[in-house]
Formats: sequence, C-alpha cells, structure tokens
Amino acid sequence: MEQKKDYYQDALLKNHGKSLCYHFFRNPVALIALIIVLFLALVAAAVSILSYYGIEWPMNPNETHLNARLLPPGLEHWIGTDHLGRDVFSRMLHGTSISMTVGFTAVAVSLSIGVSIGSVAGYCGGKLDQILMRSVDALLCFPTFFLILTAVALLGPSLINIIVVIGLISWTGTARLVRAEFLTLRETEYVYAARILGQRWWKLIIKHMLPNAAAVILITAILGIPEAILAEAGLSFLGFGVQPPQATWGNIIADGKNYFLDAWWLIFFPGLAILITALSFYLLGDALREVTE
Amino acid sequence: MLSFILRRLGLAFFLLFVISLISFFIVTLTPGSPYPWGEMNPKISPELKEAFRKKFHLDRPLPVQYCLMLHDLFTGKLRSMKDELPVLRKILDRLPASLRLNITAMLFSLSCGTLLGIYGARHAGHWHDLLSSFLAFLLIALPSFWISYLVVIGLVKHVGIPILGTQSYGIDFPNEFSRWLDQTWHLMLPALILSLGALAIQSRYLRASMIETLREHYILTAQAKGLSSSAIFYKHALRNSLRPLITGIGMLLPSLISGTVIIESIFAYPGMGQLGYQAVLERDYPMLVALNFIVAALVLIGNFISDLLYAVVDPRVRLE
Repeated sequence: MEQKKDYYQDALLKNHGKSLCYHFFRNPVALIALIIVLFLALVAAAVSILSYYGIEWPMNPNETHLNARLLPPGLEHWIGTDHLGRDVFSRMLHGTSISMTVGFTAVAVSLSIGVSIGSVAGYCGGKLDQILMRSVDALLCFPTFFLILTAVALLGPSLINIIVVIGLISWTGTARLVRAEFLTLRETEYVYAARILGQRWWKLIIKHMLPNAAAVILITAILGIPEAILAEAGLSFLGFGVQPPQATWGNIIADGKNYFLDAWWLIFFPGLAILITALSFYLLGDALREVTE
Repeated sequence: MLSFILRRLGLAFFLLFVISLISFFIVTLTPGSPYPWGEMNPKISPELKEAFRKKFHLDRPLPVQYCLMLHDLFTGKLRSMKDELPVLRKILDRLPASLRLNITAMLFSLSCGTLLGIYGARHAGHWHDLLSSFLAFLLIALPSFWISYLVVIGLVKHVGIPILGTQSYGIDFPNEFSRWLDQTWHLMLPALILSLGALAIQSRYLRASMIETLREHYILTAQAKGLSSSAIFYKHALRNSLRPLITGIGMLLPSLISGTVIIESIFAYPGMGQLGYQAVLERDYPMLVALNFIVAALVLIGNFISDLLYAVVDPRVRLE
C-alpha cells in the first residue's frame, strides 16, 4: 500500500513537472529569455575563469592606449574605445561578471532574510507576525534606491558592501509574498497532520512548507535579480558602484557621460546590455509565474 | 469609520517611530568619519574637533543623539554639517520643484499605465496583450539614466532644443505665458522619463486585477443579461478593478522619489533628489537623516490617505 501510493504520487509529480516544462517551452519569449540568461551566465563564468589564468580576450580591459582614445566602433575595437583608449567590448565582458555576481548574490542575501522572516511571520501569526509585518511596512515607505545609495556611500563602495546593502534593503517584497503563501499553507491538511504528529515548528517550516512555497520563492528570486542589477548600475552611474579600474556596465556609462556628445557608443552599448539583461530576467520570471499559476 | 481612522492613525504613528529609528541608525551605525574634513586631517586641532562634536551632539551616547536629533528636527533647529543652514529650510526650498516633478510624473504614470493595463486586459491572451506586456517589462527594465542620456543626445545634439534646468536662461520672456510654457517644457521630459517604470508597474497591476474581475460571477450575469461586451468591460469590470489602483498610488511614491536622484542630476533639475545626492557626496549626516525621514513620512501620509480612500470606496475594508 505504502509503496503503491508513493509510486502514484511520483508519477503525478513527474507529469506535473513535464506539463510545466511543456507549457514553459511552448512560450517562445520565455525560451529566448532563458537562452539569453544562460548565455550571460556562461559569459560571466568564462571571463572570470579566463582572466584568472591570465588570458584576456579579446583585449585587456584595463590596458590604456592614449593614441587610440574615443575611437568609434570598428573592426579592431568592436564597440569603440573610451577616453583612455581602453577597449569597451572587453570592459563590457568583464562588466557582465560583476553584474551577474551582484544580481545573484544580492538576491541570495535578500532571499535568505525575506524567506526566514516571511515564513516565521506566516507560520507563527499573532503578535510576532504583526510586529514583523509592520516593520516591513515601515521599510517599504523608504525610497529604496536612495536608502541603498545612502548606506553604500557611508560604508564606502566596494563589491561586498554593495551586495550586502542591496540584499539587506530589498528583502521586503519577498517577505510579504512568502508570508502570504505560508498563511494559506498553514491551513492545509498535511501541515495539520505533521503538527499533530509532533513535528517541531522549524522542522515543519523547512521540511514541509518551504518546498511547497518553492515556486513563489523561485519567481521572486528571478524577479529580484534584475532589480539588483539595475540598482548596481544606478549606483555605478552616480559614482558609488564598484570602483574603477574594475569595469562595470554602470561605470562605463558614468565615465562616458563626460564625452556623451562625441562618443555615443560609450553610453549606448553598456546601457543596452543592462536593458537586455534586466528584460530577459523579468520575462523569464513572468513566464515562470504564468506557468505555475 | 471613526474607529477605523483611529486604528490607522495609531498604526501610522507606530510606523513613523520605526521610520525615524531606521533613518537615524542607517546613517549613524555605518562606520566612517562624520567629519567634513576627514578623520586624519592634521590641520584640524583637537579643540576644533571637540567643538564640532559638541555642536552636532556627536559626544553623546547614541540613544541621546537620536532623541536630540528628533527634537531638533521637529523644532527646525537641525542644521546641515556642511553649511550649517537649517536642514528643514533647505528641504522646503526644494519641495515645490520636487512636488511639481513628482506629481507630473505620477499623473503620467497613472493615466498611461491605466490605458496600457486596460489595453492588455481587453486583449488578454491575444498578441496585443503579449505586446503590451512586453512593452511594460521593457519600460521596467529600462535604466533611466541611459534613456535620459540618449534623449539628451538626440535633442541637444541633433535638434538643438534646450532641456536642462527648470527654464531657459538668457532669454527675455515677452509674457508670463511664454515663461510658463518654457518651464512646462523643461518639466515634461524628466517627468516623462521618471514615470516610465511606475507606468509599467501600474499597468501590470491593473491588467492582473481586471483579468481577475472578469472571472467574477456578476460578469457572467451581465453577459447572460445580454449586455454588450464593451459595456461589461468598461462599466462593470473596470470600476471594480480600480480599487487596487488606489493602493498602487501609495506604492508609487517611493519609487518615483528614488528615481529623482538620478533624473534630477542628469537634467540639472533643482529638486530634493539632487539635494540628497549632494548630501551623500558630502557625508552630511543630519541632512541624510532628515531627508530619509521626511520622504518616508511623506510616503506614509500618502499611504494613510490612500487607505482612507480605499475604505470610502470599499466599506468591507473598515472591518478588517
């Protein structure tokens, strides 16, 4: 009996997963977005690994050529050079890994805070829930980007600080969603059953409820990545991002803004990269949400 | 209704307290020197340093500092570390321009966002809907500084239209109307770019809420009665989907104000965003605390009003 039931459930789950995949892959927009995201992740990893072994392709992003300043896009420099004669394409490749790092790790930070606070608030309810959610409300009143800017500027801009600050400030949305999900999960029969069987509350949350909230969490994570990337780009643009000579998409634009009437490529291409990246993540997240609903 | 208002008011005061705590401690607990001249400047004598610390209460323990800062803020005595002008006056000087920009942007995003959302919901599932969804995500993903620069390059370089600042300088306006026209033109572009992200979010909210409303039983009833589909859509469904829009307004404000930091610095628009950026550059602690606090308090008031409106529109909310 026991085995039979498991088998049945397994088959159900497999079919469920298959139908999700089927619906997901039938959506061409989602497919393209997924390919772009995977490609960007691949580029970021490849660039980091290659530069670790001292291979700089196509050029060293920090090598200056003062006789080749502000060259327009051409055969040698695919998308031109900046005011110090650095190859913008190489710099953008290196910027990819920074953006991806910031996106993924900042979301990991915000997710861990948001999920733990949301799940505890949703499961426990009562006074604790009230206090936690009112704090979330208070945090939501702040203009997020300005708060991030304030904290990063005072801490001093570095990769770690930016990641931590973005993560510490942008967990509120996740907490709200996870709490709402837990409020409904709390009333389900298997949670009652587990509670009656004497399961400890933290084990119940981690083992039984979190896996069932996985879809919501995954989607908020994917939708959080572009926000972190855009926040980092904005910080870089204002001069409080990852500091030069390390190239990021935002600080290529920030450097280029002094020459914007002469060298449009310094602004156009990095911005386009930010736009395409953020758009792909948003479309991917939205497609996933549609499929799971 | 009265008990609802009182409960909400109590909550608002509690939130105000939490907001003041967050805005104070996020500035004071971050490591780094508060002195405008840097920690290790040899030209500054210990006496001068001590006087500075005393003036801005830096010699007191943190809880006392917090109380003193709140007291100074509400009595208008809180001064900027940079030029020692009262913080409140500096902010109030910038407030009218900031409000003009933000309200214009909000009007843009509400009107266009509503239209885009209606369009998406009306053609739900059709390629029109896919296109409008794509457009919405494109607008959310658009880095505002990038599009600002592209627009500035296009207009200034190729068309030769002045757009920076609040009005054109070096021109004698023949009458008040032409000056107003010039100022409005200068306001439009930053407001439009500022509104893009909020516009897209608004349209997504409205689309989702309309599609949900269209599944209700009373829509089925209306269909059974033989009403035309546009009458059902615009009279029955739209009205009932507008409720989330009211709460949406409260959520819009913080994102707009965040956006102004970048937009105002590009368009040289003298609003609170630029003041904030200046304060960040100068590490002006009192200014940063006051700005974060005041902006969050403004948002709180906005939320409070939208909650009240919500309760007026939908009596069920009052009982929650």
